[in-house]
Amino acid sequence: MAATTPVVAILDETTPAAPSSSVAQVLHAWLTTTDHKKIGMLYIGYALLFLVVAGFEAILMRIQLALPNNHFVSPQVFNQLFTMHGTTMVFFVGMPILFGFGNYLIPLMIGARDMAFPRLNAFGFWISAFGGLLLYFSYLGAPGLAGAGSAPDVGWWAYAPLTAQAFSPGHSTDYWTLSILLSGVGSIATAVNIVTTVVCMRCPGMKLNRMPLLVWLYLVTGMMVFVVVSPLTAAQIMLMLDRYVGSHFFDTQAGGSAVLWMHFFWIFGHPEVYVLILPAFAFANEIIPVFSRKAIFGYPAMVAASIAIGFVSLSVWAHHMFTVGMGPGANTFFVLSTMIIAIPTGIKIFNWLATIWGGKIHFTASMKFAVGFLFQFLAAGLTGIMLSAAPFDWQLGNSYFVVAHFHYVLVGAILFMLFSAFYYWYPKMTGRLLSEKLGTWHFWLFLIGFHLTFDLMHIPGILGMPRRVYTYEADRGWMLWNLLVSSGAIIQTIGTLLFVYNLIWSYFKGPVAGADPWDAWTLEWSTTSPPPDYNFAVIPAVESRRPLWDLKHPEDPDGNYE
Amino acid sequence: MLIYAAMRTNLPDVIHGPTSIFSPAGTPAHLVFGLSQLILSITLIIFVLVAGLLCFALIRYRHRPEDPQALREPAQIYGSNQIELSWTVVPILIVVMLFLATARVIYTTEHASKPSEAVDVTVIGHQFWWEYRYPKYDVVTANELHIPVSDRTHPTPAYLTMSSADTNHSFWVPRLAGKMDVIPNQVNTMWIDPPSAGLYLGQCAQFCGTQHAKMLLRVYADTPEQFKAWIEQQQKTSVQNPGAMAGEQVFLHNACISCHTVAGTAAAGRFGPDLTHVASRDTLASGSVPNTPANLRAFVADPAHFKPGALMPPMHLNKQDLDAVTVYLATLK
Repeated sequence: MAATTPVVAILDETTPAAPSSSVAQVLHAWLTTTDHKKIGMLYIGYALLFLVVAGFEAILMRIQLALPNNHFVSPQVFNQLFTMHGTTMVFFVGMPILFGFGNYLIPLMIGARDMAFPRLNAFGFWISAFGGLLLYFSYLGAPGLAGAGSAPDVGWWAYAPLTAQAFSPGHSTDYWTLSILLSGVGSIATAVNIVTTVVCMRCPGMKLNRMPLLVWLYLVTGMMVFVVVSPLTAAQIMLMLDRYVGSHFFDTQAGGSAVLWMHFFWIFGHPEVYVLILPAFAFANEIIPVFSRKAIFGYPAMVAASIAIGFVSLSVWAHHMFTVGMGPGANTFFVLSTMIIAIPTGIKIFNWLATIWGGKIHFTASMKFAVGFLFQFLAAGLTGIMLSAAPFDWQLGNSYFVVAHFHYVLVGAILFMLFSAFYYWYPKMTGRLLSEKLGTWHFWLFLIGFHLTFDLMHIPGILGMPRRVYTYEADRGWMLWNLLVSSGAIIQTIGTLLFVYNLIWSYFKGPVAGADPWDAWTLEWSTTSPPPDYNFAVIPAVESRRPLWDLKHPEDPDGNYE
Repeated sequence: MLIYAAMRTNLPDVIHGPTSIFSPAGTPAHLVFGLSQLILSITLIIFVLVAGLLCFALIRYRHRPEDPQALREPAQIYGSNQIELSWTVVPILIVVMLFLATARVIYTTEHASKPSEAVDVTVIGHQFWWEYRYPKYDVVTANELHIPVSDRTHPTPAYLTMSSADTNHSFWVPRLAGKMDVIPNQVNTMWIDPPSAGLYLGQCAQFCGTQHAKMLLRVYADTPEQFKAWIEQQQKTSVQNPGAMAGEQVFLHNACISCHTVAGTAAAGRFGPDLTHVASRDTLASGSVPNTPANLRAFVADPAHFKPGALMPPMHLNKQDLDAVTVYLATLK
């Protein structure tokens, strides 16, 4: 055990090479890098930039909706805003930020020196980044036939036939299509890389059943990306053919099928939710045990539940189509497949609960966000059960209830867990801790703003307010709710700005972290913060799921219990 | 989360409104309402139990610096198969129960047999208005759907056969039924049976283009007598009104007739709403504004004034023609 194959790297005191002083050299180093840590941070920085942009779009929409029959923005602008907000958040915030953390953490956690394909890694990042820039270039470059610069305005589902030439003249829809196509190519490249890295690059002793759960979840995510991004990419090509060479896949005026697009989109779109949330689960699996000072409860069950979610999530897509007229047989099937997902998801929540149970919980900023995640994910799961019951969905589908539900998942669960991950791994990436005091303010402001916005947003949905409306009638009783929802958005903005300030301030002034500030147990904490280019001077060897626990408690190593 | 819990417990007055799904009127909406009560209760119980356990654990097992054992790691517990099994089996049972209850409502709604007295209406979604055709009565109208009240002992539900002329739409009148999408190249059906007379509101629930927000729905549930009278009146062709001859000429000699129909005249366009009885309707521009002469005039002058993005172009009529055509349209009762 530890005496024969210690985690040698913890003794590695080598300092990273002195950074190049010239701006050109630094820039050159970042632009041409194939280092998984630098690419990871590029992904994260790029996603944060787009998070701010898409958040700003959300604020504009909330100002418009604060009052009925408001004239803050025109319907054309509003339709562009929700299209850009959704597309940006899913493809250019969610995917890159999760790939960024994965890129950074996976090699460090499995004791490798880089990803399996470093150049493919750089390619994946830059092609996705180009997709995002192309999407926003539409504001300048897509005048086409429709007039001055025009962003896409077809919604992030881009349902056919609204995307046909007849209904979307000009080139805004083409910019959307191309940016999604490029993002998809980048995602598949990164997924190939993640899966290969996990399968081939683990350090000696790290059998599959000793991998940190984070790595397991990224493996499942990577596998899912293969399966689900490909149909979306295919559909984009079909749409391009429809628009430019006269094919009729989705062209209803020539006998094409609007419903075909829905199937293509949702066989991507629903698993995509899991592609986004599995990494959030991954963070929770690392962070909750460390701050509860206990090993994760039910490791094998957690792995099994993750794989089950991966598989079952491929069979639920048409629960987005309960109102399309599929008939009772198909509706019933998708009710069942959707409800089944609740079982592995429930197992995860119970295992986190059991991990906390009997621990000694340290409420750091990171743990506060993780606790927020637990409650909000529970609530989001339960509103998901409501929507999985097709008849209830006939009422709630496409209403603000759905908007509230998926923001509960995307913000309440995923974004909270991302914030948690920032507070947890920022010291590893920069060598400095984020300010706990600012973190606490950030947490409480964001929590209050979140609940004000997204709890209350369920209510206009129940009262009959559909989504994607640029304004609404004054006599429907929706005004008060919308006003409160909009005010919550302002509070969330303040919280987020504090977070951005914290990221910058702490980079220069934050307390020095050291290799292992949280007294944690996985391999990334065995090397310096930030790690040297080669990660580990000597490739570590492990004998259990928590190699640093073994090192710190040689009298009671984990391997005895696994 | 408190609000979240409150929202689903006693359902106070705030959740009743003109378009609330919790003020059901008619069988399909009641079926959903019943199912929703069951699901809300079960999810509320789960939420309270699990969130309660979480709260307890977070308080009970917090790190206490004053504890003499504070620096010692707690006992490491790696898992338990019995416990895993129990929190797998219980959710499975709940899922089976919810699934069966849901399947029952799906089949009751979608496999309902159609009574012989049912009223058939063809619903055609357009950017950004609704066309209603009554094949049995040879009536065509727009934006304001009239159907008879359906008595429980003598049911006369309305069967809607739906398709779209352009993009996807969705027919959603929350108090009457859940929504059903209106899709080009596809025929969908749904039925509604309001038990009492009155006006039921809703709106398009699938993003269909620029003016999706003002594609409003108005369903008038009429008593049998009212409905009969309404049908008879809608079946008439327009009558020439001596006071509106000038306006009629303006109408018939401009582009209006390319898109609009006025039965009994040369105007036979199908792209826009049928105007044969436009003055009998309460609202204009798909429910956006009350049907007054002033609004009518403003709409003809520039449809984008009320509905930016509406497909009808501004007609560029001079003031005199505008006044005349407004007078004419206001006579089309």
